Amino acid sequence: MSVLVDISHRLDDFAIDARFESAGRLTALFGPSGSGKTTLINMIAGLIRPDKGRIEVDGRVLVDTGAGIFVPRHKRRIGMVFQDARLFPHMSVMSNLRYGRWFTPAAERYADVDAVVELLGIGPLLNRRPAKLSGGEKQRVAIGRALLASPRLLLMDEPLASLDEARKAEILPYIERLRDETKIPIVYVSHSVAEVARLASDVVMLARGKVTASGPTEAVMQRLDLLPSEERGEGGAVLDTKVLRHDEAFGMTVLGSAAGEIRVPRLEMRPGASVRIRIRARDVMIATEKPTGLSALNILPGTIVAISPGEGPTVEVGIDCNGATVLARITEQSRQALKLRLGGKVFAVVKTVSFDRANTGAGLPLGADG
Amino acid sequence: MNWLLDLTPDEWNAVRLSIKVATVAMLASLPPGIAIALLLARGKFWGKTLLNGLVHLPLILPPVVTGYLLLLAFGKRGPAGAFLADHFGIVFSFRWTGAALACGVMGFPLMVRAIRLSIEAVDRKMEAAAGTLGANPLWVFGTITLPLILPGLIAGAILSFAKAMGEFGATITFVSNIPGETQTLPSAIYTFTQVPGGDDGALRLTLISIVISMAALVASEVLARRVGRRMDIE
Repeated sequence: MSVLVDISHRLDDFAIDARFESAGRLTALFGPSGSGKTTLINMIAGLIRPDKGRIEVDGRVLVDTGAGIFVPRHKRRIGMVFQDARLFPHMSVMSNLRYGRWFTPAAERYADVDAVVELLGIGPLLNRRPAKLSGGEKQRVAIGRALLASPRLLLMDEPLASLDEARKAEILPYIERLRDETKIPIVYVSHSVAEVARLASDVVMLARGKVTASGPTEAVMQRLDLLPSEERGEGGAVLDTKVLRHDEAFGMTVLGSAAGEIRVPRLEMRPGASVRIRIRARDVMIATEKPTGLSALNILPGTIVAISPGEGPTVEVGIDCNGATVLARITEQSRQALKLRLGGKVFAVVKTVSFDRANTGAGLPLGADG
Repeated sequence: MNWLLDLTPDEWNAVRLSIKVATVAMLASLPPGIAIALLLARGKFWGKTLLNGLVHLPLILPPVVTGYLLLLAFGKRGPAGAFLADHFGIVFSFRWTGAALACGVMGFPLMVRAIRLSIEAVDRKMEAAAGTLGANPLWVFGTITLPLILPGLIAGAILSFAKAMGEFGATITFVSNIPGETQTLPSAIYTFTQVPGGDDGALRLTLISIVISMAALVASEVLARRVGRRMDIE
């Protein structure tokens, strides 16, 4: 399963010139507003016709302006979840869900109503009208509606952007289940580092209509310089970890990663479960000797592999901790005082309390406030 | 009450004919009304302003003029009238069908306006969403657009019906005032006012005409409210 997009398009005074290819489970199109990501996804869905270029999904050519191919939207079998849900107001939730199923050839229907209802937890809503649903419920029904058309590819256009934090936390686990329990590849548009780091297997980073980076999430998210400025504080290393054990006495969970053990606030997950965590660069301190008499619990030994200037007085330091790269944002003054240079042996120090609901892949609340 | 309902056969005919003419005029105008409204709301073509003006002409012209134009075009010797009579056996002149045509034409601008406004209010993103779910444009129209414009459709239909119930000038010019064939309520009332001792009949028919028009309005209100509630659009 793969998606290939190679298009150029002009919209008034805005030009998009983008090429990417992805075979990931969940590919995030990531960039600030105005970077062209929604335009791209609309082109894949067939809602916008690109001036020039080619779009392929799973080897099937949907657009090839050179050969005069443009498959109309209703023949693409590509599901779309819109930011504003767009449930049909004159139909019940059940009729909304069944709408796309109706137009799918019986032989190609793989999505089952009961399974999707169960997956998204929308059983109690089936007889309601869309106007009577909360924002989070609407979005879950919209996801279900797209799924039940048995699409070859599912597009999600900032499905969480119009929701508050509590509603986001309500939906994220469902999207994770979607990614992990179904076989439909997903292309997900977002401008939030937290969402992308948590959900994406692959990232295509966009700025002003151009692709600035693409590849596996762990690699792309290292490029702090490419993040939109308002999201830069959220940037950092993304690590895939496993729950090792819970420390009940102190209400903590111990995660195992390539970099070593990492202690985070208690996660409601079974030992052995996979957790993806994001260590914000601004939360990481660097020590040249193993610190003692320090409250921070996570001390990861490593080697400096990158030093690059950051914004203002900062530098960004990449530390290779046994194969996993941790990013630290420190001041140039500190770098000089510690005489940090490439190849230097250091310790990356991370406070347990710097982990919260937004940067541990846990859908469940960690306490009173995340 | 007896006085009101004690109608002569001619009066009954006028009531029945009026309702028949108005209903046929309304139903027959709906398909072209929807098509023209769609064209005006969404079409981008040369001559759109001209089409819009043409549709509104019956609203501005004196009804007698519209009736006379219909006579010229759809009369026995008119080009359209002769064509339809020869090929389809449809005759308008001095028939109730002609009255329905005149009423339909007179009510057409009102109907198109109401439908056009409701089409312009439809969120086209809904239609795009239906498209991504596999519905082709025809299905999108039938399952999304049409239900969403239903309140406007009802309003337009009722306006057309009400206009037809009251139409007088174009009808009498085009198909005259033949009892039992083209004498609708307004024509009948007019006739009563022209003969000595016709006051009673004129008043009776006037009251009946008021009752029918009010009933149509109330029915449309109830219907529109029910549709609105079903849709639950806040």
